[in-house]
Amino acid sequence: MDQILDILSWILLSAGGLFVLVGGIGAIRMPDLYTRMHVASVTDSAGAILVLTGIMVQAGLTLATVKLAAILLFLLFTGPTASNALASAALLSGVRTQDKDHKAEEDHSS
Amino acid sequence: MITLFSLFLLVLLVITAVAVVQTRNLFAAVMLLSIFSLLLAANFLLLDAADVALTEAAIGAGISTVLFLGALSLTGEREAPRKGPRLLYLVAVIAATAVVIYATFDKPAFGDPQAPVQTHVAPWYLEKTPEYIDIPNVVTAILGAYRGYDTLGEVFVVFTAGIGVLFLLASGPGSGSKRRGSRLTEVGQVTGLRHYLVPRVVGRLLVPFIILFGLYVQFHGEYGPGGGFQAGAFVAAGIVLYSLLEGEKKALDIIPRKVLMGMVCGGALLYSAVGVLGMLMGGNFLDYSVLLDNPVAAQQVGIILIELGVGLTVTGVLLSIYHAFAARGRA
Repeated sequence: MDQILDILSWILLSAGGLFVLVGGIGAIRMPDLYTRMHVASVTDSAGAILVLTGIMVQAGLTLATVKLAAILLFLLFTGPTASNALASAALLSGVRTQDKDHKAEEDHSS
Repeated sequence: MITLFSLFLLVLLVITAVAVVQTRNLFAAVMLLSIFSLLLAANFLLLDAADVALTEAAIGAGISTVLFLGALSLTGEREAPRKGPRLLYLVAVIAATAVVIYATFDKPAFGDPQAPVQTHVAPWYLEKTPEYIDIPNVVTAILGAYRGYDTLGEVFVVFTAGIGVLFLLASGPGSGSKRRGSRLTEVGQVTGLRHYLVPRVVGRLLVPFIILFGLYVQFHGEYGPGGGFQAGAFVAAGIVLYSLLEGEKKALDIIPRKVLMGMVCGGALLYSAVGVLGMLMGGNFLDYSVLLDNPVAAQQVGIILIELGVGLTVTGVLLSIYHAFAARGRA
């Protein structure tokens, strides 16, 4: 039984780590702010959910699991909100997406 | 494994520090400083210093970032071009670094049980705290009771810093300077995030929980990591968030400036008053054991009271500084 739980949490943690890695690589490779945010949000959502669930499986039915669940809930509320606020602020201060029409304004926005 | 992870975090710390120095965009520097504090907090936690980690995360990564952003809204986000003999600076920095590194050779090895810090008063604190004060968190016992003078000094440092910033920034209604705020403030004062539905709804949902958590940290400080400094930062952060969502005026309606000044002075006064009360009842200054018949219970009451004083002062100072920045940006 313990072994099954270990394997399950191992799978969850690895998958979470993979998503975080993908988010990190994407945040560097993507061309402009909005696409970067889009990729980075994978870290917030899939990455955080998988990693925290993996730790919860390790912790079992203890107080630690309840605390982890509370952290997860908090992250699920705040992460998307922060992304929304960031995108709104960027839009309001004139950051454009990078496509052919706006090449000229690239310097202005950076 | 822990050592490896700690090394990893320390390397990240160095990279972040270099990035802070390198960047010319002050906005980015503030964000990097916040990351720096968060990494430092994680490192403290690895060293089992939960109280320090909580302080670093709450004050370093949290509220001071907000205050830096408030300052940036007054000054603009570009660093002025550097002047002066750069070679001289480089030599000075290298010399200072060499001295510091040379000094580390004298330090005992990490975790050495024979190190002075492990053999001096620490064993006494650990052994006697259950007997004299009977609270599980020895850190709070040391801060509040054994080293009460030091903590009183810290509170007065916070108090003085708050007063100093208010002297520099405070502007009466209508008498503000003509200084032009940066684009950030202009956006902030027009909208105050009011037009953003999502942050507003979620923020409103979170504010009570943040303040509740602050109160938990305040009053649970004897049993777990926490205490007045961290709690003050949490409560202040909750109210700053409310102020960002609903506008500064509404936040000032809830806690007017007079109440804030009362908190700043009242907290420091409460702390000192507990000390003086101990003297009046026949003990030494900041000796809590004479406050009640039962010396152990008296120590606990004393610690709760002074932690309350610390929390009040820290909350008051942080909020006063925030409001001073906000008022200056609007003027």
